[in-house]
Amino acid sequence: MEQSTKDNLAPLHLHIPEPKFRPGDVADFSDIIVPEVDIHPRPDEHVMPADIHALAYGLVRVLGDDHQATGSWNPGLDNATLQVMLRKMLLLRAFDDRMFRAQRQGKTSFYMKSFGEEATSVATTMALHSDDMCFPSYRQQGILITRDYPLVDMMNQIYSNRGDRLKGRQLPIMYSAKDYGFFSISGNLTTQYPQAVGWAMASASRGDTRISAVWCGEGSTAEGDFHNAMTFAAVYNAPVIFQVVNNQWAISSFSGFAGSERTTFAARAIGYGIAGLRVDGNDALAVYAAMQWAANRARNNGGPTLIEYFTYRGEGHSTSDDPSAYRAAEEYAQWPLGDPVTRLKDHLVTIGAWSDAQHDALIIELSEYVKTIQKEAEQNGILGHGLHHPFETMFEDVFEEMPWYLKEQCAQMLEEQQDKFGPNWEAR
Amino acid sequence: MSAPATKTMNMIEAINSALDIMLAKDPDVVIMGEDVGYFGGVFRATAGLQAKHGKTRVFDTPISECGIIGVGVGMAAYGLRPVPEIQFADYIYPGLDQLVSEAARLRYRSANDFICPMTVRSPFGGGIFGGQTHSQSPESLFTHVCGIKTVIPATPYDAKGLLIAAIEDNDPVVFFEPKRIYNGPFSGYYDRPVEPWSKHEGSAVPEDYYRIELGKAAVVREGEAVTVLTYGTMVHVVKAVVAEHGIDAEIIDLRTLLPLDIETIEASVKKTGRCMVVHEATRTSGFGAELAAQVQERCFYHLEAPVERVTGFDTPYPHSLEWAYFPGPVRLARAFDKIMKD
Repeated sequence: MEQSTKDNLAPLHLHIPEPKFRPGDVADFSDIIVPEVDIHPRPDEHVMPADIHALAYGLVRVLGDDHQATGSWNPGLDNATLQVMLRKMLLLRAFDDRMFRAQRQGKTSFYMKSFGEEATSVATTMALHSDDMCFPSYRQQGILITRDYPLVDMMNQIYSNRGDRLKGRQLPIMYSAKDYGFFSISGNLTTQYPQAVGWAMASASRGDTRISAVWCGEGSTAEGDFHNAMTFAAVYNAPVIFQVVNNQWAISSFSGFAGSERTTFAARAIGYGIAGLRVDGNDALAVYAAMQWAANRARNNGGPTLIEYFTYRGEGHSTSDDPSAYRAAEEYAQWPLGDPVTRLKDHLVTIGAWSDAQHDALIIELSEYVKTIQKEAEQNGILGHGLHHPFETMFEDVFEEMPWYLKEQCAQMLEEQQDKFGPNWEAR
Repeated sequence: MSAPATKTMNMIEAINSALDIMLAKDPDVVIMGEDVGYFGGVFRATAGLQAKHGKTRVFDTPISECGIIGVGVGMAAYGLRPVPEIQFADYIYPGLDQLVSEAARLRYRSANDFICPMTVRSPFGGGIFGGQTHSQSPESLFTHVCGIKTVIPATPYDAKGLLIAAIEDNDPVVFFEPKRIYNGPFSGYYDRPVEPWSKHEGSAVPEDYYRIELGKAAVVREGEAVTVLTYGTMVHVVKAVVAEHGIDAEIIDLRTLLPLDIETIEASVKKTGRCMVVHEATRTSGFGAELAAQVQERCFYHLEAPVERVTGFDTPYPHSLEWAYFPGPVRLARAFDKIMKD
């Protein structure tokens, strides 16, 4: 090209996404469109993905501003089931509060709360069969709580103590519970996506009836694993449910760094030709209904579904994070979709199946219950206070059988302990 | 009892036989990869297996190594025994996180709650004018990872027995197949006629099931003057050079790089007092560095010369200058001269 022509071109510029609010700003979410309940009615579970593109851009809701459950997505749960759902979400919240405090008290190294996102792990799990396989990310402790996994085992893992089923090897909250249909949490993000597809493919190839469900955050949809998993699931029509918990924040990076300025995360499904649903993630009944729809579809050989739960991370990423350093303080209070526990409670009260007094009493009961379990767990030790699994367990389970060089290294490590602690150190 | 029926097989046929036997023996075995299904693989390792065992046992995949290996981890978590093929070792990198952070650590991080009995097969190595993306030898990336076994056969007989053992192993195995010797043992003299496997004793392969234990090396030539530690294609190149120059070398085919057969290595080096390590992979931080370190830690006072490394150069694998890159007869002869003089 001639130089003179080039001189007439406008300079290119690079777009760096910026969230709407930073510390000191007043959070104003009036631009977020909260559609009416049932703006996109529940389609038949055998629908062609191409016929429901609107659902990938809409917002499935069941609970209206009047706290009533209405519309075609209403799962019609009985009062007892709704009370169980509320109880599980409150137990999760009580557990999170207690374990967050334990970290602040120096009893462990790390914790992550799911405050504000409780519906996306509790209501989803309730809509699955108890033997369906869950491939969680790191903020789905609600799955274990919903499936009645012993809280003391969760705490033992968090404390990395001698009762820890994972032998103190994993960062706190990276649980594994095969018997409860809960896959080992990696810590590397979205690696569980293709694994969930593989599990579902295996189930289908065996003529099994179980399906798999997998969770990730909106930030980690940017990982290649997400897209590889979507391709495989589409190619083999795998009975898997992909879930994106869009809580707006990936540590300090807002969802724009995963592409939210242009489209929804549910709409990622469209390019793969799979069903996509965008759901009010703070509406426990909508979350339940979406998962139930996707599970029925998968179980009837209808293939995969991608569900985006539009929600908000109410607190920091983890105990190592201070969100006041990068986002406006009042964002959660201003969040237009409210709080999932409060909304479910308001619904139950409105239909006459619950009361404020019962609610307050349950919060106290669960808090006391968690404290009791915590005392039990601490009998097994807390991190760094000596009550851990035996030293030599460090070398176990690298392989099924320990090879010669690990035996050598184990012997070396035990000698080091003797140098460090003196004779009879094992008795200490 | 009569000896089991053997058949002359090249390495591809032996691998195909191992896969066929394991598909028939164990309903949990599943084979997947790019072009492995109807077509039978670009190197024909899975030829005929889909027609015989069905489409849900042997099937094609999207071109996504991360997906292939990640799906394999999930299948293993379900209880299957996946045997994915990565078409060239050079393509394995998109799947590396799934191998290193997932497959390799699953047993450990879950304290035996979940395991990953997966065998990743992949043709590796050069000498086929494959250029820098069809010739690499990335084995040391995997031996460096705790929780993966790394296996490399050098004959059809070993390929079949080791592959069956790898598939039956309850931990993840990376099984690198030296593609230069799929059809015949390569002497390193690229300008000479290719020798077929039928002239090599390693091509007599039992038709039935047998296994060769992982972690056991093979002494392929006994000798007194120098120990050569090698594997894959280079086993045959070293044998040819040793024969041509009349060197009384003890040649050890490692067969399994991890776990390493340290007893066989130590006994041999203490006997000969000299040690050469030979691989086609790049030199710096290659597996030869680990071998040299192990030998000097265990045999230092028996050594009469420094451990010699004969390897590929630290460049990407070149295309037109392949034979200047390859650690062939000239480089080996110079190394033998050096180590025997010291």
